[in-house]
Amino acid sequence: MGPHHPSTHGVFRMVVTLDGERIVKLKPVLGYLHRNHEKIGEATSYLGSMPYTDRLDYLNAMTNNWAYAIAVEKLGGLAVPERAEYIRIILAELSRLQNHVCLAGFLLQDTGASGTPLMYAFRERENILGLFESLSGSRMMCNYQRFGGCRVDPSAEWMQQASTLVEGFGAFLDEFEELITGNEILMARTQGIGVLKAADAVAAGITGPMLRAAGVAYDIRKVDGYGFYPRFNFRVPLGAHGDTYDRYMIRILEMRESIAILRQALRDVPAGPIMDPKAKLRGFSPKPGESYGRIEGPKGEIGFYLISDGSPNPYRYRVRPPSFVNLTVLEDLCLGHTIADSVVILGSIDIVLGEVDR
Amino acid sequence: MLQNPGPAAQHSLLVSAAVLRQVAEFLRDDASLRLDYCSNVTGVDWPDKVVVETTRSTVPDPAGGPAKVTEQKTERLEPGFLEVVYHLYSMVQRHGPVVVRARTANRTDSATLPSLTPVWRSAEFQEREIFDLFGVVFTGHPDLRRILMWDGFKDYPMRRDYVEPEDYAWEPTPHGDLVEKAKRAQAQSGGAQT
Repeated sequence: MGPHHPSTHGVFRMVVTLDGERIVKLKPVLGYLHRNHEKIGEATSYLGSMPYTDRLDYLNAMTNNWAYAIAVEKLGGLAVPERAEYIRIILAELSRLQNHVCLAGFLLQDTGASGTPLMYAFRERENILGLFESLSGSRMMCNYQRFGGCRVDPSAEWMQQASTLVEGFGAFLDEFEELITGNEILMARTQGIGVLKAADAVAAGITGPMLRAAGVAYDIRKVDGYGFYPRFNFRVPLGAHGDTYDRYMIRILEMRESIAILRQALRDVPAGPIMDPKAKLRGFSPKPGESYGRIEGPKGEIGFYLISDGSPNPYRYRVRPPSFVNLTVLEDLCLGHTIADSVVILGSIDIVLGEVDR
Repeated sequence: MLQNPGPAAQHSLLVSAAVLRQVAEFLRDDASLRLDYCSNVTGVDWPDKVVVETTRSTVPDPAGGPAKVTEQKTERLEPGFLEVVYHLYSMVQRHGPVVVRARTANRTDSATLPSLTPVWRSAEFQEREIFDLFGVVFTGHPDLRRILMWDGFKDYPMRRDYVEPEDYAWEPTPHGDLVEKAKRAQAQSGGAQT
């Protein structure tokens, strides 16, 4: 199947062996979007790679930026001002909202509900992208975070708009859930399909909502406590069955928790500077050493591993892409199911080919 | 134990290839470590480098004047290697990262390491990627094929001495270096391209 859009998930190809309508073997074929991102990162300065991280997971430029900024901050020993940390959390959670709402829409598209749920989801997503655009100048390629802080200080008016959006989002979720969650067709198509067991998920390095849908309580926001997440009061939803329905449901529940985080963040955001005065963006050349920085992205653990040899370019620039690793179990999930189910399972893994192929 | 001189202070364990598998199994199964989650696998290329060593010898002047200092420079070739770095975490005990690195004997004929995919399945695609882009051969990997580049591809693009081929079909552009490059490629292929 593929390489053009098995459903709408990008240039991804699967070589599938069938017995009647049942899948007996499935091998993903990757690399159609490969441009050797890591090599380009080695040829570019530390600052120059920042806008390029937007193109990894092009739905979540904000969290990619943040993960890269954390790795460089560890490498260079930079501090981040309090206001910048709050802004980062606000933007990361907004990013999570629009990623998950997109996923829910696309998943419904994959089950055959063409158009309507996706357009509901896109309507809400577009509001969030409008916020990103008014802040950073771009809907999706935000290039907003910097190592040592952020680029633009959001105005009080922007904060007000964000609050309005967050307050209205819960009502949208209620409406969406009323239409979708109890839907008989969705349940029939997803419950008991593509079951992932907790032990398999841990062994295969699955992260993010997919891991938690399998019932493993591992959220890097809680485990590493990066940023100011320990100050926030939120829960980590867990799945019980690890099937496609749980993977859908976990995203809905995570969105509700994100709203709770956003409410607290928008209430408590302090005034102050947004950049570390010691941070030198242009010609930044950290001391020789290495660092691995990671955050809980909407798709799982997104990490950056940097080795510095003291020059303005990283000696090695490595991206740990969540959806690339999450694809490891695709074959196990699909075995014994039909072609139509494999598309739904792929949709519930939540891949972005910009990040898988790099 | 390799020290990381940077402020991140993430030090790493350098493990010899012969015992890598056993060490990995120990790290995963030991009750106090339980590193059950292999997050990130990275390939790093360290090419051969020439190290210039300066030795100074001081010869006292027999006449009682200032001592005479002679410098001797010796060039030494430090052989390169390919390195694979594993970042391990524990999902049960919530600690990490533990950084494990292993090195191949050289970059050419014995760029082999034991695969850790049987220990952590999450290394499966990432080791394939390192095989694809760096040319590290992982023995014991269940499905070692190219993953991002196509199967007929020859070289290893992430190596630092990789030179991109000049045989691509070109479009005439006003950029001088591209035209020069295309001319060289044409000369090599017998000038068939227009």
